[in-house]
Amino acid sequence: MIGIAGAVLAVAVGLILFALNDQIVFFQSPTDIAEKAIPPGQRIRLGGLVEEGTVVRSDDANVSFKVTDTVNSVSVTYKGILPDLFREGQGVVTEGVIDARGVFVADNVLAKHDENYVPKEVAEALKQQGVWQGE
Amino acid sequence: MIVELGHYALVLAFALSLIQSVLPMVGAVREDSRLMAIAPPVSVALFVLVALSFAALTAAYLSSDFSVVNVWENSHSAKPLIYKISGVWGNHEGSVLLWVLILVFFGALVGFFGTNIPASLRAATLAVQSWVTAGFILFILATSNPFNRIAEAPLEGNGLNPILQDIGLAIHPPLLYVGYVGFSITFSFAVAALILGRLDAAWARWVRPWTLLAWVFLTAGIAMGSYWAYYELGWGGWWFWDPVENASFMPWLAGTALLHSAIVMEKRDALKVWTVLLAIFTFSLSLLGTFLVRSGVLTSVHAFATDPERGVFILVLLCLFIGGSLTLYAWRAPMLKQGGLFAPISREGALVLNNLFLTAATVAVFVGTLYPLALDVITGEKISVGAPFFNLTFGPLMIPLLIAVPFGPVLAWKRGDLLAASQRLYAAFGIAILACLFTLWLWGFERVMAPLGVGLAVWVMTGAMVEILTRVKLFEVGLSRGFARLKGLPGSAWGTSIAHFGVGVTVLGIVTASAFQEERILTMKPGDNVELSGYELTFDGVVPRKGPNYREDVGHFTVRTGGTIVEKMEPSKRLYTARQMPTTEAAIMTSWFSQLYLSLGEGRDNGAVDVRVYFKPLVTLIWIGCMIMAFGGLVSIADRRLRVGAPKPARRATPSPQAAE
Repeated sequence: MIGIAGAVLAVAVGLILFALNDQIVFFQSPTDIAEKAIPPGQRIRLGGLVEEGTVVRSDDANVSFKVTDTVNSVSVTYKGILPDLFREGQGVVTEGVIDARGVFVADNVLAKHDENYVPKEVAEALKQQGVWQGE
Repeated sequence: MIVELGHYALVLAFALSLIQSVLPMVGAVREDSRLMAIAPPVSVALFVLVALSFAALTAAYLSSDFSVVNVWENSHSAKPLIYKISGVWGNHEGSVLLWVLILVFFGALVGFFGTNIPASLRAATLAVQSWVTAGFILFILATSNPFNRIAEAPLEGNGLNPILQDIGLAIHPPLLYVGYVGFSITFSFAVAALILGRLDAAWARWVRPWTLLAWVFLTAGIAMGSYWAYYELGWGGWWFWDPVENASFMPWLAGTALLHSAIVMEKRDALKVWTVLLAIFTFSLSLLGTFLVRSGVLTSVHAFATDPERGVFILVLLCLFIGGSLTLYAWRAPMLKQGGLFAPISREGALVLNNLFLTAATVAVFVGTLYPLALDVITGEKISVGAPFFNLTFGPLMIPLLIAVPFGPVLAWKRGDLLAASQRLYAAFGIAILACLFTLWLWGFERVMAPLGVGLAVWVMTGAMVEILTRVKLFEVGLSRGFARLKGLPGSAWGTSIAHFGVGVTVLGIVTASAFQEERILTMKPGDNVELSGYELTFDGVVPRKGPNYREDVGHFTVRTGGTIVEKMEPSKRLYTARQMPTTEAAIMTSWFSQLYLSLGEGRDNGAVDVRVYFKPLVTLIWIGCMIMAFGGLVSIADRRLRVGAPKPARRATPSPQAAE
């Protein structure tokens, strides 16, 4: 009995450790991406503001825009429906990988639930750049 | 005036809960029946006071009294009635008040109906329940008072967040809270039993109906929340492993484990120490969930409060209750005598296995939910743990558990025979293999895991039916005798089978909806067609429309199969005028158990619009399965009520057990 229990727990711990090593996604700001060499193909979360005047929509629900922290910016492409509160000049978090050309290919653009809400990571990244407007 | 009365009632309730915290406990320890006797009436009085307070806040919402800060911030005079009511708990202060209301409601239930529970245990339980109550009322009064006034009342309110203006969300929080907070009573029972040093099979029998009740509501509440997210957020996903979802899922997993271990304790007087620990853990996870959701540690639709003072207050309560109960446990648990012994292959053994996997899964979800927070605090590194983590940890832990589910109920207590049990399950196994092959034939070898998943789901479903059939011996005694035996089966046997069947149904829905879903994302101009899973959709154009408190652009789509029109679908983009906030309203067409899901994206200048279409085979089974599970729980409660007279009005006991089935 105890043997089985031990085995189950060992498997569970093993799974958790393996998954924590492999399946977590780091949050990066555009400046992080400019400074660190993030290998293409590694999943990351990119957050910042949607740069004004960069949103371009094309056929088949493709859209491209730039995410900026006002110092650096990264081009992002996405195919799909953007969240309701996606706006130029507003905070956004996208998840995906950087491709060989250095363009961030997002497969997930995070919805905000409320017009007052700025993703916490974005707020902190902006504070680091000294451009945070909120409280 | 009414608002002040509500505030006053809450202050009174606080004072009363302090008295309730002390006197009955002293009475229970000293065996003083006069002191113990105050507990039941006070528990009812507490409920009445908090209910009055809640009613006062509701009245303020109904009359749109914007001189109350809470109403002004979260309501609007043009809002439909139902959302004025649901607005009461659609914000931080009101939702905590609802939390406390349910807390005292469970106390009152025990006070009023728990007449079969020994007086000392009942008094001590109600006292412990009052510790929690006092803590949370103080939290409201000190940091989150919903009755605060504004000096100069504004003319109009801010309105409720539009995505919360939905019938699903009107019922989801109360259901979830009844489940969440319902575990408080199990916790109080556990702590009371530890203090009194009395813990036996009878204790498990008293506690199990309460656990079941909480579990039933939590199951329904989680399912409701999931369905809401599915159709309201417009992404077509039904579970996101969002920390807030996990916060409700962890108590569910632990509570499910608790239900099963309590059976062992009740029937065999074994696993006592473990069951009590689970009771403490389950409610601790509920408290943790409340902390995560209410403290603003997580940013999500649920995090109304971002006031650090509140977070610290809940954190202190959390540490007090969890730390205190675990300390008590460490001190008293070694005194508990271990009961019946059993062989590893037995009903008990199966239930222990269930507990092992469920707790391991809880730990996996716990780590995935809290690791990012801990890492942020310790290193400042920002990470996110999403679906891939949970699929890799939670998934593999569920598979062996699901394989084992049908074995449990057919194994004998004490010492079971695995071979005999397997023989009973031959038929179920055969059907599962057939289902597997059928899926393979239907979809080919494209996705190998999916047919196995379908087989697993069918195995759980048929296994649940086998259990009932073997108990009835339908094939041996003939149909008419068998039917009579079927009716004579105890509710708990039915409950187990129904709930296990529901698990299978949910798994089937999850497997088919994730593996065989078809998705198209495209930009459509009026007149464009798109074909998907045998349906042909035509986009007819976008027409503006006006609702009670919103404007919307409605996309018109015609759905055809084989040239004949089957449905007109109207997904829309809404703009709620009060908050100037846009939302996406998906259109869903249900055909049998499958759904066609359509949501709109941004419109273009030339009348074209981005469209996302899904076909989700058997997706509704996910929620139907949950409802079946909850129903199984109810059936089981009904049985317990008749046999042990747990939560029931003594006078209206049904005379014969058959009548209820």
